[in-house]
Amino acid sequence: MIANEGAQEMRPRSELSARELFREVGAVLRMSEAEASALGDLPEDPEDDQTMVINMGPQHPSTHGVLRLMLELQGETVLRCKPIIGYLHTGMEKTAEQLTFMQGGTNVTRMDYLSPLNNELVFSLATEKLLGIDGDIPERAVWMRMLLSELNRMSSHLLFMATNGMDLGAVSMMIYGWREREEVLRFFQKVTGLRMNHNFIRPGGLAADLPAGWRDDVLRLLAMLPDRFEEYDVLMTGQPIWRERLQGVGVITPTEALALGATGPILRSTGVEWDLRRDMPYLHYDEVEFDVVVGTYGDAFDRYAIRLNEIRESMRIVRQILDRMPSGDYRIQDKKVTPPPRARIDESMEALIHHFKIFTEGFRVPEGEVYVGIESPRGEIGCYIASDGSPTPYRMHMRAPSFVNIQCLPHMMRGGLVADAVAVISSVDPVLGEVDR
Amino acid sequence: MSAEVTTDGTEMSEDEVTLLHGCPLVDSRGQQVLFVSRDRYLEVLRLLTDEGFAMCVDLTAVDYSRFMTRELPDGVTAERFEVVVNLLDISARRRLRIRVQVPENDPSVPSLFDLHPGTEAMEREVFDMFGIAFSDHPDPSRILMPEDWIGHPLRKDYETGSIPVQFKGAPS
Amino acid sequence: MGVVGDVLSDGLGGLSHNVITGRIEDLVKWARSRSSWPASFGLACCAIEMMATGAAHYDISRFGMEVFRASPRQADIMIVAGRVSQKMAPVLRQVYDQMMEPKWVISMGVCASSGGMFNNYAIVQGVDQIVPVDVYAPGCPPTPETLIHAIETLHGLIESGEIMRRREVTGAGADVHVEEIPATSVPVLLGSS
Repeated sequence: MIANEGAQEMRPRSELSARELFREVGAVLRMSEAEASALGDLPEDPEDDQTMVINMGPQHPSTHGVLRLMLELQGETVLRCKPIIGYLHTGMEKTAEQLTFMQGGTNVTRMDYLSPLNNELVFSLATEKLLGIDGDIPERAVWMRMLLSELNRMSSHLLFMATNGMDLGAVSMMIYGWREREEVLRFFQKVTGLRMNHNFIRPGGLAADLPAGWRDDVLRLLAMLPDRFEEYDVLMTGQPIWRERLQGVGVITPTEALALGATGPILRSTGVEWDLRRDMPYLHYDEVEFDVVVGTYGDAFDRYAIRLNEIRESMRIVRQILDRMPSGDYRIQDKKVTPPPRARIDESMEALIHHFKIFTEGFRVPEGEVYVGIESPRGEIGCYIASDGSPTPYRMHMRAPSFVNIQCLPHMMRGGLVADAVAVISSVDPVLGEVDR
Repeated sequence: MSAEVTTDGTEMSEDEVTLLHGCPLVDSRGQQVLFVSRDRYLEVLRLLTDEGFAMCVDLTAVDYSRFMTRELPDGVTAERFEVVVNLLDISARRRLRIRVQVPENDPSVPSLFDLHPGTEAMEREVFDMFGIAFSDHPDPSRILMPEDWIGHPLRKDYETGSIPVQFKGAPS
Repeated sequence: MGVVGDVLSDGLGGLSHNVITGRIEDLVKWARSRSSWPASFGLACCAIEMMATGAAHYDISRFGMEVFRASPRQADIMIVAGRVSQKMAPVLRQVYDQMMEPKWVISMGVCASSGGMFNNYAIVQGVDQIVPVDVYAPGCPPTPETLIHAIETLHGLIESGEIMRRREVTGAGADVHVEEIPATSVPVLLGSS
């Protein structure tokens, strides 16, 4: 059995019409034809077929999961590239139609498996908006959600730095990044019960309250990290090899990024200041102070630096959350949505019935459709839910940031070397679970 | 919570249905939704893009064959499929959602690739999962399922494909 | 098994004779179990936990397995970590076929073992429909402790020779199911910081 992509194989350049070549060559489609031809980027001779088409992936140590790239090479230079996805397609959107809104978190959390709490958060926010309870979530629940979301951002960016380092040869970075990540995962394990794929943020609030002593754990984590960043700066940021491998590699212009729908660190690296936490705030991000880290050149080094500094900004936010965490309920007290505490089930018949209905049939959500977008470590993650009044979503669609960001890969790789292709994929930081869903 | 502002700056109430570029604009849970007919789809999107909605954040579809009684504004006939497009205006910080009705007997819609190249992968996914064809798309092929897969998985008449699971010790 | 206390009194651990008078087969099995290289086949979330197992805290380097070979020709164990979709199944089989004998398969996580929570059109319901599996490690994702337990179980089978014998007879995998070990919440205190 050979995996053959059939019609997805790249056809030779000679078979492409000028119009199709224009589409590839110029990503900025709001230019007039005269401006586009003045770029001088058209290939010299469309009959020239001395190029190689090689395949990278899907089983590959550096493609960050099961991403397959077909690269058209002229020697070592990448001319065109085609990302082929679908190797991790799990039918999650179809599964979501079978699961209730309470169970939906288990499904959704496995999409972007590096920041599972953000997936659950956007799903819960969308469900709450449909239910109409989005204004009634208790304060403590909102601040707890912010705490977990920011810690998740930190652990995701630490993993980015680890894999970025390893892909470019700084293998110690892999060990360092995972070392710090273990701390954060240990905290998550204490709070949510699992290291990954927590299913902790649910419609109505969270599944449980923070355990005793959580403040000390977070403070210890925050105290440990700044020294480690010194290590990363020594190992990577200032190193000439690192800089040469990343600066000027994988450049994307702001217009290209906007046209392709890229969000998150990719868009910010081009200079566009767009961060949903500040510009369309959700939860209580409008009440905490943090900076939005923006790059200048749109290259891979900017994306690395942005993520490194975003860890620092997340730490700043976590410190503010520590000061401001209120006491109170960790979930809304609406009996139709929130299961009762286990002890009540023995005492009250009503509580038993509510528990039973919520966990077997699920709570009903009024008809309608809603889209909520939040800032995940990779960009804007959105959840579009259409409900028909039944306990399961009629249609649930996740706008995955990596799915859209992967479209930037051909534009970033064009004209670079094959070795740079690895650096580019790593700087885009795709998670194939959410690309393929 | 983000504030959605309309083009002329007024707030929308639940019952008001105004027109934007001649298409009904409705409020859905505090979000602006524009119902565009298929023949005006490209034209209206071009107008909206010029107005400032520079980024197409998401393009997806819904198969409403089991929920044809959904609420729609007057003048919009319910069809089996709906293509849903989410637009984002970065400078004005606002979103707009566009819903296009697509009939079952002719499931095809113009492609937004020339306006928003980022919709290439999204439209391929909609074609793969729902069978809605996008005319003028540079690469209309399946993206998530294998190339030779038959059927469109997210349609409501496509079975989930689950196999019955026998648990150990279950009474047979 | 396998821990050498004192070479003069214990000899090379696990061997009933010392190396001078032992059997070649025993030496080969001993070496194979302690230096089996995994083929990197990380697919989804389980791959992250597999990487965590390779990292400093859980460190499968002490079991000789930290070199994740990209090329299947150089690998002994294929750890299928993650959900296998319809498109990926032929690729999985191709990689498995390219591995040289002796080779073993660990099915990591519930999605690889049985399809997991995704009982639908898109996921192969258990990687044992494609390749013969030797050890199943449950969990979603399995904690690194569970994965190490699965790996050590496999190493034990390799060292005792059980697994090669079974393969010759039936061609099937060993089909060993291990227990899941839940994660602990003891804080990781590294160094003096």
